[in-house]
Amino acid sequence: MILKPNPSLGVPIYLQLMEQVKHAIETGALKPGDQLPGIRPLAEELVINANTVAKAYRELEHEGAIELRHGAGAFVSAKAHGQKLADRVRSAQPLIASTVERLRAKGLSDEEIRRLFEAELAGYGKTGEQRG
Amino acid sequence: MARRESNVVEAIVEIADLRKTYGGVEALAGLNLRVPRGAICGLLGRNGAGKTTALKALLGMVRPTSGTVKAHGLAADVPEQSLEIRRRTSFVSEDRDLYSSMSVAGIVGFAAGLYPRWRADLAAEYLRKLELPVERSVKHLSRGMRTKLAWLLALCAGAELVILDEPTAGLDPVATEELLQLLVARVARDGVTALLSTHQLADIEQVADHVAIIDHGRALLDAPLDDLRASHRRVQVVFAGEAPEIAFATRGVVSVRRAGRVLTVLVRADADGVAAEARARGAASVDVLPVTLKEIFIETVAEEKSNGLG
Repeated sequence: MILKPNPSLGVPIYLQLMEQVKHAIETGALKPGDQLPGIRPLAEELVINANTVAKAYRELEHEGAIELRHGAGAFVSAKAHGQKLADRVRSAQPLIASTVERLRAKGLSDEEIRRLFEAELAGYGKTGEQRG
Repeated sequence: MARRESNVVEAIVEIADLRKTYGGVEALAGLNLRVPRGAICGLLGRNGAGKTTALKALLGMVRPTSGTVKAHGLAADVPEQSLEIRRRTSFVSEDRDLYSSMSVAGIVGFAAGLYPRWRADLAAEYLRKLELPVERSVKHLSRGMRTKLAWLLALCAGAELVILDEPTAGLDPVATEELLQLLVARVARDGVTALLSTHQLADIEQVADHVAIIDHGRALLDAPLDDLRASHRRVQVVFAGEAPEIAFATRGVVSVRRAGRVLTVLVRADADGVAAEARARGAASVDVLPVTLKEIFIETVAEEKSNGLG
């Protein structure tokens, strides 16, 4: 279910893992109460550092998306309102579609549009965040 | 946000103000390095930066001119303590100096007798997984197989610290992935610490959680990889006319490149500050982009050079 992250994206791997899990919850691929893979098996499967997986799980727990039950593993939180999130994502889709159409009409290539989106997302929330 | 981060983790390797001079040439010029226990630490640097000298000092194979080297809390320059360091540390050397006429099975059996905490269970598993020809003599192994065997010996010795010098050089991507998987598993299951000196930035980006960049015998960076990725940004600024020369006041500017109308700034702290300064100077467009470890490495080392240090 969780795919191999892209290490040379410049985006921390733990953030990529978090996005994947959140996306799976949003789309309903993961439902409240579902168990996530263990930290070590997942690290071995993806060939990434187990500390990185642990960090992703810790942050997801901090955000309320999952619960870490001592000794039992990680579970999708009951509060993770999968359906509501899915609705929110669905309702955002027409907005994105019309934005993309308008940009294409201006003569921008898909690659340029993708770069603009990535730049916007990388600039927002990352540089503003306090980090040690 | 309260973050319980790794800066409280005990260090398994501690190098402080380490200097080594070979016939007037300073290989190490005040190196400071700290490897947290349980980490996979990537040691990056150009050829001749001092990586191998640092590793050898750690293993007591090189006598420091001054400074301190500690591993497992033991001093590398005290003979008895150095011996204990070597008992608890395994090493894959750059030249994979295995040229025995012994068979693969023979050398594995030899190592099993040598190391009190030899992991026979893992050795059997790895021999199978890595498809090593047990009957063949070591000197007739291909370079790739010799590398796999060196990894097997290092990972099965029961060491708490595994030092790997250019450990994937000359390997195909499948073999590299296989070996990295073994390493990740050893670290995850048994709390082993790995110190990986390499030019393969992709390997580091994939498995390391801590990175040190060494240049001219000193560490320019020593930090968790996620912190580097989160803090470094490339700010691409486009002006309507020729880009002006801007002496950025914002802290953490690593490098500034000017080409025609475009100014490219690598910043290690405050990308928003750089963006604001650029806008104040009349920038037509400002993009803040994530950077790869390769860019961080190249710009950090290049900046050091242009400062005329070392």
